[in-house]
This record gives sequence, structure tokens and C-alpha cells, in this order.
Amino acid sequence: MTGTVTLSQAQPRRATASLSVTLMVNGAIHDLFIDVRTSLLDALREHIGLTGAKKGCDHGQCGACTVHIDGRRVVSCLTLAAQAQGYDVGTIEGLQGVDGALHPMQQAFIDHDALQCGYCTPGQIMSAIACVQEGHAKSLDEIREYMSGNLCRCGAYVGIVAAIEDVAARTQG
Amino acid sequence: MQPFTYVRASNVGDAVKALSRGAKLLAGGTTLYDLMKLRIERPERIIDINHLGELKHFDTSGERELVFGALARMSEVAADAGLVRDYPAISESLWRAASQQLRNMASLGGNLLQRTRCPYFRGGEPYACNKRDPGSGCAAAEGLDRGQALLGASPSCSAVYPGDFAAALVAFDAEIDVVGPGGERVLPFEELHREPADTPQKETTLEPGEMIVRIRIPVTPLGRASTFLKVRDRESYAFALASAAVALEMDGDVVRDARVAVGGLATRPWRARAAERLLIGRRFDESAARAAGEAALDGAIPGRSNAFRIELGIRTVTDALMTARQRA
Ligand SMILES: Cc1cc2nc3c(=O)[nH]c(=O)nc-3n(C[C@H](O)[C@H](O)[C@H](O)COP(=O)(O)OP(=O)(O)OC[C@H]3O[C@@H](n4cnc5c(N)ncnc54)[C@H](O)[C@@H]3O)c2cc1C
Ligand code: FES
Ligand code: FES
Repeated sequence: MTGTVTLSQAQPRRATASLSVTLMVNGAIHDLFIDVRTSLLDALREHIGLTGAKKGCDHGQCGACTVHIDGRRVVSCLTLAAQAQGYDVGTIEGLQGVDGALHPMQQAFIDHDALQCGYCTPGQIMSAIACVQEGHAKSLDEIREYMSGNLCRCGAYVGIVAAIEDVAARTQG
Repeated sequence: MQPFTYVRASNVGDAVKALSRGAKLLAGGTTLYDLMKLRIERPERIIDINHLGELKHFDTSGERELVFGALARMSEVAADAGLVRDYPAISESLWRAASQQLRNMASLGGNLLQRTRCPYFRGGEPYACNKRDPGSGCAAAEGLDRGQALLGASPSCSAVYPGDFAAALVAFDAEIDVVGPGGERVLPFEELHREPADTPQKETTLEPGEMIVRIRIPVTPLGRASTFLKVRDRESYAFALASAAVALEMDGDVVRDARVAVGGLATRPWRARAAERLLIGRRFDESAARAAGEAALDGAIPGRSNAFRIELGIRTVTDALMTARQRA
């Protein structure tokens, strides 16, 4: 873990602080040398070139930047890139199968017309997959409650809830 | 955002040492990093405490108390089957807060120390704020006060303490274990937060260099008949306009013991002992619940556009007590 700084190695304060960080994203390793202030979202978009996760608010309020860390959904805008070292980061780009097949949740979003402009969609889909995996998609009310961290300015909510209900019904049998 | 150095702590001792030299602890970061982006927090050193495994555990099976490490995540604690059964108010206060993404990140310790959502505090520079910039004044005094506190405010600050979990903890005589340069001490949770008075920048009674390591909640028969009711501008994913954490223990139709706290209305977690005293020994019905609600909001001082939250608070307490009665 090249980028990990322990207390004993802590550097005195400098005018600009940069850091080596190694991130594991969708199974691939990326060695980055970045400003310490960089969010995981900016590291993904600006340094690794994975622009699927979107920046809506940059303050944890909209869910457009939702990614998985060790399989759990988080907002990448309020995660420091340095914090994510040593964990498995999963983004929308990692969902597609090797044969190019869409993830069932991606297909369900298409089938249920669960988007209009598409800006919130990668965050919705990452959140939706986790929602089903957590077992929080057992009723429409539960889906609405546990998806409330993902806002959609186009108001595609009816389709989003239907897509999740559909995948949950097929997954939970 | 001001640059800083980032360090991972490998034990509590290291974290406390760095803390007493002026570093800021980073748990979930959902308050700290957010406020750094707004240039309201400007730490020069950040100590990431997420690798202190000893602080991640929690245990809800004890006979005397429930114990939560300060780094236990909101989502995991909220979903704990023992907690849902024995202390529904605590679980509800957690899953009705923020979003599942944020609850996966946020720690219980960080949650207690989250800072106000007052728009003038968060708005930064253009607005006067005695909490952010002591002595600069309070823009809310002349500004929009729909969301400002009705209980515990002072001329220098009316910012609401926004946390839901704290509203529930204060009702149940929780304690926190704190470690500082001088060792460990126990602090009744009710004594953690302060009213603003004329020093709104001092939000807690923690000494410099002290960190929260554990939260403990006594087991009581009241727990099972508890509930947390949160009323907001939308059905989910919003801070409380008014909330109530309540519990009842019944002897037939008569209240043997009661707990009442309100959230979203006050400058700190707010226990309403007058409401509890009014209920204890009395036959429970809706008018008793309403009287308790009125007692809980006693002393509320309205501003220009938040007076509706007094009646809202009374009704929130009343409805919560009716739910607790069904569970008792
Ligand atoms: C969009 C949004 C919506 C939200 N909605 C709600 C809501 O509805 N209800 C609600 O209650 N909350 C809500 N929150 C607040 C959220 O719950 C808190 O931000 C979160 O619980 C803080 O925990 P954390 O671990 O991320 O803290 P951090 O940001 O890591 O830390 C917060 C503060 O506590 C200090 N700290 C952390 N751990 C310790 C410790 N063990 N000892 C001493 N100091 C420590 C840090 O230095 C920092 O100053 C919301 C937040 C956001 C961004
Ligand atoms: S960009 Fe992260 S929540 Fe909006
Ligand atoms: S599809 Fe446009 S924001 Fe959701």
C-alpha cells in the first residue's frame, strides 16, 4: 500500500499537500498522485477517466455520484479518495458482463422507461442494485424509502420504482 | 478548501495524541468533508479513524445496557434485529435520518457531533454567524427563521441541533465514554451538548483532545414501547421540522413511567421532563398525550415565520405517545 501514511511517517505541514493513492476500481488497480483534497468522485472522473458517476451537488444531497465500496452504496462526493484506498470500488462502468450484456438493473431501467435526461441514472442504478441486495425492495413503500437518497430532476420516479420492483421480484423469486 | 495532511490512525492513543495537537478526526466524513468544501471547517491535519476496529463493534444483547462503538455505522445499527425489537425508537431515529448511502458511511460518534444545518451558518462569508465567526452577529435574527429553534435559543444564536439519533438518546439516559489526554471518563449524554447562550461556537462539553469511543444505553422495559416520530417537508430524506422520541411503561391504563424528548425544535437535544412528570401516575388517553405535548413545548419562543412549529411539535409528541401506547 504505497499511499498509506501512518502517524510515524506523517509529514510536517506543507503549502500544498499531495498524496500517492492506490485505488482498486472495478477490479483494476490505479496508482494516482493527487491533491489530498480530491474526492473519490473527482478521482474517478478526472484522474481515472470513469465519468459514469455524476456530480450533481457535491454535498451528499442528490445521490448522482453513488458508487459501491466493498459492495455497499456510498456517495463518492463526500468520500476522500485517500479514504478509499484498500477497498473495492465499484462503478456503473463495472456492471456490464464480459460479453457486453447489460446488468439486469440496467436492462430494467430501459424496459420501464426509468429515465429521461439520464443524468441521475448511473447513481440510481448503483443505488438500486444495493437496495435489492440489502433486502430493502420488499414493497413499493420500502423501495421509495430506501431510494430517497437519489433525486431525479426529470421526475422519472414511477419508472425507477417499477424497474426496481421488477428486478427484486425476479431476484428474490 | 484549505490543504491538509491526511493520516490514518492505527490506535485510539495515536488518535487522541493527534487530536490534542489540533488535528480533526475523520469518521464517515459526511459532516466534516461537507463543511470543508464550504470552507467552514479548515483543519490542517486530518486523522482518519476508520481503521480503529475496536470502535466498530456494537452489542445489543446485554442485560443491563446496549453498547455501541463510536465507529458503528448508522445503517448497520438501524437494522439490528435486537434493537428493532427492544428499542424501536433508537432504530427509527437512525433509519429515518439522511439516506442509505450516507448511513452506510456515517458513524454514531460523528453523528452526535454533526453540526447545524442553519442556512446562515452553512452559507459562509456573506452572512453574519456567531457560531461560525464569534462576534459577527446572527443573520437569522433579521432573516428567514422558518427553520430556526424555538427552544433553547439565545439572542446570539437560534441554530437547531439537527441530529435525530441524539433526540432519541437523550430520552433514554444514555452515557458516552470519552478518551482524552488524561484518560477515560463517562459523560451522561444529556451533558454533551450545550445551549448557545453567548458562546454558540462552543457546542459540546468535550475538552480539547477528547474523543468519543462508546455510547451506552441502559436496558429498560420502556424501550420496547418506544417510538421516534419525525415530521418533515417531504416524506423521506429531510431534516426534522419537529420530531419526538417517546416511551411508555403502563400499569393497566395508568402510566407507570414515561420518556419524552423532542428534536428539530431546539438548539440541543431536548429532554422534556415536565411532560414526563405530567404523564406519570395519570390515566393515559389522547388528552393526556396532548397535555404532555403542550408541556414539552412549554417555553417555546416563536420568531416571525416558525410559530406553526409549536403546534406541530405538540401534535408530534401527541401522535408519538399514541403509538407508544399501542406498543406498551
Ligand atoms: C444530505 C444529508 C442529509 C442528512 N440528513 C440527516 C438527517 O435527516 N438526520 C440526521 O440526524 N442527520 C442527517 N445528516 C447528517 C449525518 O447523519 C451526519 O453527517 C453523520 O451522522 C456524521 O457522521 P460521520 O461519521 O460522517 O461524521 P464525520 O463527518 O466524520 O465527523 C463529524 C464531526 O465529528 C468529529 N468526530 C467524528 N467521530 C468522532 C469521535 N469518535 N469522537 C470525537 N469526534 C468525532 C469529526 O472530527 C467531525 O468534527 C445528513 C447529512 C447529509 C450530508
Ligand atoms: S454529487 Fe454526491 S450526492 Fe450529489
Ligand atoms: S433522468 Fe434526468 S435527472 Fe433523472
